[in-house]
Amino acid sequence: MNLLEKLDAAAAARKALLPDGVGAFGIPIEEVYSATEARIGDRRVLLLGTNNYLGLTFAPECIRAAHEAIDNEGTGTTGSRMANGSYSGHRALEREFADFYQCNSSIVFTTGYQANLGTITGLVGPGDTVLIDGDSHASIYDGCILSGADIIRFKHNDMIDMEKRLHRLGSRVETTLIIAEGIYSMLGDQAPLAEIVKLKNTYGGTLLLDEAHSLGVLGETGQGLVEKTGLLKDVDFITGTFSKSLCSIGGFCVSNHPQLNQLRYVSHPYIFTASPSPATIASTRAALELLRKGNHLRTQLWHNCIQLYTRLKDAGYVLGPDPGPVIAAIVDTPQQALLLWQKLLENNIYVNLILPPAAPEGKSLVRCSVNAAHTYEQIQYVGDVFSRLRSLT
Amino acid sequence: MTESNYNEITSLLCDRLSTLTNSNIEITPDTNLISQLSIDSIKLLNLIMEIEDTFDVSIPINALADVQTVRELADLVYKIKFAS
Ligand SMILES: Cc1ncc(COP(=O)(O)O)c(C=O)c1O
Repeated sequence: MNLLEKLDAAAAARKALLPDGVGAFGIPIEEVYSATEARIGDRRVLLLGTNNYLGLTFAPECIRAAHEAIDNEGTGTTGSRMANGSYSGHRALEREFADFYQCNSSIVFTTGYQANLGTITGLVGPGDTVLIDGDSHASIYDGCILSGADIIRFKHNDMIDMEKRLHRLGSRVETTLIIAEGIYSMLGDQAPLAEIVKLKNTYGGTLLLDEAHSLGVLGETGQGLVEKTGLLKDVDFITGTFSKSLCSIGGFCVSNHPQLNQLRYVSHPYIFTASPSPATIASTRAALELLRKGNHLRTQLWHNCIQLYTRLKDAGYVLGPDPGPVIAAIVDTPQQALLLWQKLLENNIYVNLILPPAAPEGKSLVRCSVNAAHTYEQIQYVGDVFSRLRSLT
Repeated sequence: MTESNYNEITSLLCDRLSTLTNSNIEITPDTNLISQLSIDSIKLLNLIMEIEDTFDVSIPINALADVQTVRELADLVYKIKFAS
């Protein structure tokens, strides 16, 4: 099989799951009306598959800041910070992230994906070890593979399993990076951070927590799981993204270890890519400010999460273990998931379809994400439609 | 010593794989994990966690790139367990 034939084979496998004409992946969105509504084809749909947790995509403060940045600094930086320099916005955003997490150091990356790649490859290399949760995001897997470190997985959120593996590592734990996520992106469940920290303190190792989905969502000021659990000081490195609750694009790493700054000189995913554009940085800064004082948004978000989680649970759906902004209905087969997804779209509700191998344990997911801008009526409508469609799965 | 250790690993591995994969074909050192046992890449990763527990070793998943057959997996387990 030559290279192109291999792609044809992969395309055939995909088509076997998804018949032609079903554009579940990369669906064309023609117009965006608000944080909760858009047009797909000729339908006005309710958006229930975005990561816009605080509903800030159209926040006037962010839009205004982005406009001003474009007017003042242009559309792009056209290069990496290492070679082409750091704009005042990049430096200010790093100071603001450090301040937000009460940390010494902070680095801004061009995407959250690169924040994980850049942080992991900067911290570990061949001969070192990474101990990661089995359900880690692809950016964590890819960062680990790129680093050349030995990759050991523990069963998802299973602390007995994690301890067994830590114990086995023996003295190698000194050069081991443990990685977990604040909220896991597929089932929406949270890492048992207190137990992870306890194991780290017993056995040793360095801890990295990806707060991609928990930033803005958990904790009094939205720091994430570190704040909800009061364990900020026990986590060595925190990564996250601007693409979810901050509604732009980019990523960050914060740490109290001053060595974080050395990553700027060794981390390829930081050095060999263009820095975020002025508009991106400006809207992110404005969004971070809204996020920090956005307790009312978090309160609304959690009302909405509980409302939908309870409705779907009562309707008999099998859901992830923790209520939260990611609410996944777990179904047995890809065909059932596809049918449910299509029927929801026919009822003008857009959610995410997750098929194996992306979903854990060979299952398929119809994954909803709730945000603070959804109204009570919108969530009620979604609950009604899901209830009516219950017999499909 | 080394040969009997190696043989022990191989036979325990065949046993465990047979249980873990629910396979109805006989598993020998030459069995190909991917094509004959229909283990996809994700299943292989989960299977490796069980194999780690069976032999009380850490098997880095990046060392699996060269593993196709049961024998190659046995070689890897042996190397990790008795190296050092
Ligand atoms: C857990 C996790 N980490 C990292 C990322 C990557 O973020 P970004 O979209 O900024 O590349 C994502 C988003 O897909 C994620 O879910």
